[in-house]
Amino acid sequence: MAGVSPDTIKAEVRKLDEMVSEAVVKELEGSLLRVSKAGAITREELSKIIEGVKQAYVNAMVEPGEAVGTVAAQSIGEPGTQMTLRTFHYAGVAELNVTLGLPRLIEIIDARRVPSAALTTIYLKEKYARSKEKARTFAQKIELTTVEDVVLQTETDLINVVLGLTLDRSRMQRRELTPSKVASAIKEALKVDALIEGYKLRIKPTTQSLSELRRLAAKVRALPLHGVKGINRVVVKMEGNEYVVYTEGSNFSEILTMPEVDQTRTVTNNIHEIEDVLGVEAARNAIINEAVETLDEQGLDVDIRHIMLVADMMTTRGTMKQVGRHGVSGEKTSVLARASFEITTKHLLDACIHGETDRLDGIIENIIAGQPIPLGTGSVELTMRREGEGGHK
Amino acid sequence: MIMMRIPKLIDHVDFGMTSPDEIRKISVTKIVTADTYDEDGYPIERGLMDSRLGVVDPGLRCRTCGARAGDCPGHFGHVELARPVAHVGYIDAIYNCIRATCRKCGRVLLQESKLEEYHKWITEMKETGQKWWEMTNKIVKSASTTEKCPHCGETQASLKFEKPTSFVEGKNRLTPSDARERLERITNDDIMLLGINPKVARPEWMVLTALPVSPVTVRPSITLESGVRSEDDLTHKLVDIIRINQRLSENIEAGAPHLIVEDLWELLQYHVTTYFDNGVSGIPPARHRSGRVLRTLAQRLRGKEGRFRGNLSGKRVDFSARTVISPDPNISINEIGVPEYIARILSVPIRATEHDIEGLRNLIRRGPDIYPGANCMISPDGKRYDLRYADREELAKTIEPGFTVERHLMDGDIVMFNRQPSLHRMSIMAHEVRVLPGRTFRLNLSVCPPYNADFDGDEMNVHAPQREEAQAEARILMRVQEQILSPRFGGPIIGGIQDHITGAYLLTRKGTLLTREHSQQLLAAVGIFTDLPKPAVKEKGTEHWTGKQIFSMLLPKGLNLTFKAKICENRTRCKKEECEIGAYVVIRDGQLLHGVMDARSHKALDRCEVLDRIVKDYGTTAAREFLDRITKLSIAAAAMLGFTTSIDDEDIPPEAKERISEVLDNGREKVNKLIKIYDAGELEPFPGRSLRETLEMRIMEVLAGGRDRAGEIAEKYLGLDNNAVIMARTGARGSMLNLTQMAACVGQQSVRGERLSRGYRGRTLLHFKSGNLGAEARGFVSSSYKDGLRPLEFFFHVMGGREGLVDTAVRTAQSGYMQRRLINALQDLRVEYDGTVRDDRGAVVQFVYGEDGVDPTHSDNGKAVNVEKIIERVVGE
Repeated sequence: MAGVSPDTIKAEVRKLDEMVSEAVVKELEGSLLRVSKAGAITREELSKIIEGVKQAYVNAMVEPGEAVGTVAAQSIGEPGTQMTLRTFHYAGVAELNVTLGLPRLIEIIDARRVPSAALTTIYLKEKYARSKEKARTFAQKIELTTVEDVVLQTETDLINVVLGLTLDRSRMQRRELTPSKVASAIKEALKVDALIEGYKLRIKPTTQSLSELRRLAAKVRALPLHGVKGINRVVVKMEGNEYVVYTEGSNFSEILTMPEVDQTRTVTNNIHEIEDVLGVEAARNAIINEAVETLDEQGLDVDIRHIMLVADMMTTRGTMKQVGRHGVSGEKTSVLARASFEITTKHLLDACIHGETDRLDGIIENIIAGQPIPLGTGSVELTMRREGEGGHK
Repeated sequence: MIMMRIPKLIDHVDFGMTSPDEIRKISVTKIVTADTYDEDGYPIERGLMDSRLGVVDPGLRCRTCGARAGDCPGHFGHVELARPVAHVGYIDAIYNCIRATCRKCGRVLLQESKLEEYHKWITEMKETGQKWWEMTNKIVKSASTTEKCPHCGETQASLKFEKPTSFVEGKNRLTPSDARERLERITNDDIMLLGINPKVARPEWMVLTALPVSPVTVRPSITLESGVRSEDDLTHKLVDIIRINQRLSENIEAGAPHLIVEDLWELLQYHVTTYFDNGVSGIPPARHRSGRVLRTLAQRLRGKEGRFRGNLSGKRVDFSARTVISPDPNISINEIGVPEYIARILSVPIRATEHDIEGLRNLIRRGPDIYPGANCMISPDGKRYDLRYADREELAKTIEPGFTVERHLMDGDIVMFNRQPSLHRMSIMAHEVRVLPGRTFRLNLSVCPPYNADFDGDEMNVHAPQREEAQAEARILMRVQEQILSPRFGGPIIGGIQDHITGAYLLTRKGTLLTREHSQQLLAAVGIFTDLPKPAVKEKGTEHWTGKQIFSMLLPKGLNLTFKAKICENRTRCKKEECEIGAYVVIRDGQLLHGVMDARSHKALDRCEVLDRIVKDYGTTAAREFLDRITKLSIAAAAMLGFTTSIDDEDIPPEAKERISEVLDNGREKVNKLIKIYDAGELEPFPGRSLRETLEMRIMEVLAGGRDRAGEIAEKYLGLDNNAVIMARTGARGSMLNLTQMAACVGQQSVRGERLSRGYRGRTLLHFKSGNLGAEARGFVSSSYKDGLRPLEFFFHVMGGREGLVDTAVRTAQSGYMQRRLINALQDLRVEYDGTVRDDRGAVVQFVYGEDGVDPTHSDNGKAVNVEKIIERVVGE
């Protein structure tokens, strides 16, 4: 029996586009083409398969009224009890600390401004990614080096009111620094005099007071010599066939502007930074990626749709909102819903001066009122009018 | 008369303030005396327990509405305050109003043009349903910094808010009276800008001149056994308020010095403040005579046990029972064993019809004490007859169609079963009742995973739904068999556990041959009484069946599956059908041809291929039957073939012991070498790590490697002929790590992911030298559990163990709060008929649920459609 040609398969499968999700269509097309190569598929078989896929898809659809929100919250919350509570080292990069498990999940959901352990994964453009040397140089370039990193000893000379720094030769060399470079950096940034005596610097404060000297010492020590602000520690790792740069701390906007960086793949775990640099849509995806990674790492199987819903709920208003009283829950329209979550009395009192109205559209409000809730079987608003009787709303 | 309730009773709730006039209007009486009852125990007229405020004592009638206790809702009274006092809850709003307005003309301190602009914004926001009061902060901020009134030119004095309830302007204290005067001057147009809705509120109402006195039904007094009356906290507080109020007015009338009046006024403010909220920071909380902190209005609403979370969001219910649970492998997963004692108390209302009236009559005659009987009868006009006290013969005669009988819970009734913490929807499922002797609830072992239940004393709750609608919903939506698939990951959460896995493995593994007698015994245990298939082995007149044949009898026809079992060793080259351990499973047309059944086949919460396929392709009823049968078969098989585990399962030969200690010695030596290198300062640090950190990491690595190698050696001697290994490898219980810890070496103990280092300065215990970084000085346990731990090792082990306990305790609290927040944020979302996901306002959150509109419960491992399977079915490979 003659089989159908690949073109017919493609054409037939494309007809599904309207009804079935794209991923399914693509997968079906791929599988059919593969199977038809091994042995011809008849026209009849093809239409049967397509019909079968359509049917299976329709059967798997969510039903209207389904409480997807609650199910998503439970699906993420329930495995929380099985997670570890400790910060562990990253399996791949032993040198860097990463927050994992429940604390990390809470951090994501809280939409915290600064993650407790920021981490950037920097992919390099082809030119730089292949060579260890070039990756190393780049890493050195972005690692933040302060004066303190190269100083062996600081002494405050109280008699002459001078700050003395002894620089570490080996550390200087490793970072390709010379005393004169350090001195000029200090001169430029703090507008003070710095005398070079071999590997010793003598810095004179502008005013001859002790308190000024102490302030100066602190300032000098924290002075950045080179590198990117926020990038505290850099590790270069071979991954697949390229070198990848991992950094502790992150400064997404600045890293992305560097010519060596492959902007399409470089990523940070600071979701707020992603929002600022790339926008909410990116932040939404970042939330999903981070949450999925955290759950996967713990070996917990949670459907991605649940995580998507949480991420979408956090970002629907156009900016990222935390799950909690300062975000999603605090901005609910219903007074009773807010009052029953946290800070009860304030919400009630404020509702009174604003003259708010609770329309009782949500779940918790109707539970409070002792009424059927608008979910599942309770979401049906049509009721049948019985014979000889007026209907109700 | 069909019970057809109007779907919605309350359409909306409006919030607003009460004006002093309104307070006086709704008041049934002015309260003037602080006393409650007279010597005879009767409420004093115009006292705090005035009988016009409602009744709580049985027998008395309310003097306002005439109803008895229980029917009378209670009525408000009021107190005329001698001097106005501020309402604590609105103190911030008062502050905002005063500092944003002119002290002379009362206008908001902004240019007329600005005001108009804000006004326009606010009206617009109001019309579009936005939160218009969110503008307030901005307006107040800019207005309060204005120094000269743009309307009348008055210079503004600086206003300071002194927590919790007073204001200071310049150097003078602003009394509540002054504040009230200021607030009165603000126009209705202007208060909108300050976040106050003129339709329901006026700023001066935030300073009280009349205080509502709550009805006695809100603050009932309790009579103790000794006959002493004990008043509610609110009554105590009101007594204080009235006393001070009286003294204040007396002093004012007598023309007392200013200072005394001020003091009393402040005291009145304190009492009114604590009456509203006894947790205001900055003032000491009001206390009871015994020193207990009073629970006043705000405390009644707030917090977990407050009105909102404790009584409104979660309510106590009737028709429920609670007792200890115990297992019963013989009932179906859909069933629950209910003790007769409980079945006699829980009841289900049955409406009498011509068809069942005789049966109901009998139940009424048997009454509440003889099971099965009935507890109550209700006539069509709603009158209840308690069968405990009535003449049951007489009542049985009067019953006719239209009556309702509340009969005992009986076999086949639907009830809801629940175990706390209710973390997901499978924590409450509907079961069919089986009334059984005994005093515990009985449940099938397969439903333990969704409830997370065990039988070490767990208790569970049962709820009996009353209306037919509720019963039908429970039966169709909540029944256990409908919950086999978890919406979390789209796989079975109900399934075999422990012995169900080992049993199936023992039965289906190579070499299990059964005689006719044994085969039939097994099938009889399952409840299959059909003929046996053709025997697989037939020689010299003996017939034998393989375990696989017996197992196949449970599988539905047409089931085709190929998968790798849990015991698979993941060798580089898969031998497929030739696999010696049977890790390659082939099922064709419902016949298990190759391989063994283990966790991959039917274990709950695992990738259980067989069960998963059956639920998704053959439906929930088939799956329930399969589960009921496979559990019984596995248990019977395990009992017949024999299965036990004991300490000698962890025996390893002496040469293995020797090799293990060699490996461990080797590790110790390596550690010492590392320490030497470190001491010599020759250790190369990891980038970005200190030397010490690097050393620790290297040591941990070495020791972990040592433990692993010791485990590997032990594992070589622990084969699949060992029962403990069978349990671990099939995924029934325990892991190989557990076994190697028992047989070979426990390994490094840790706290916070590091080797143990706490205790004394530079050492963990006195037995070591300070600064000793060696393996055993930092908590490496080289003994096995079976050999027993040395005293020091034992101590280290306990250190590690304690961290685990603390961890669990902290984690439950943290994850509980996280889940509460998630639920609160997401609970209003639902899928609409157009396929979008919307919140309670109708705002779209997702246009298509999960980007493909597929319910994870019905998905195939997260994917919408299993394309391969469909093609395979049609093309038929």
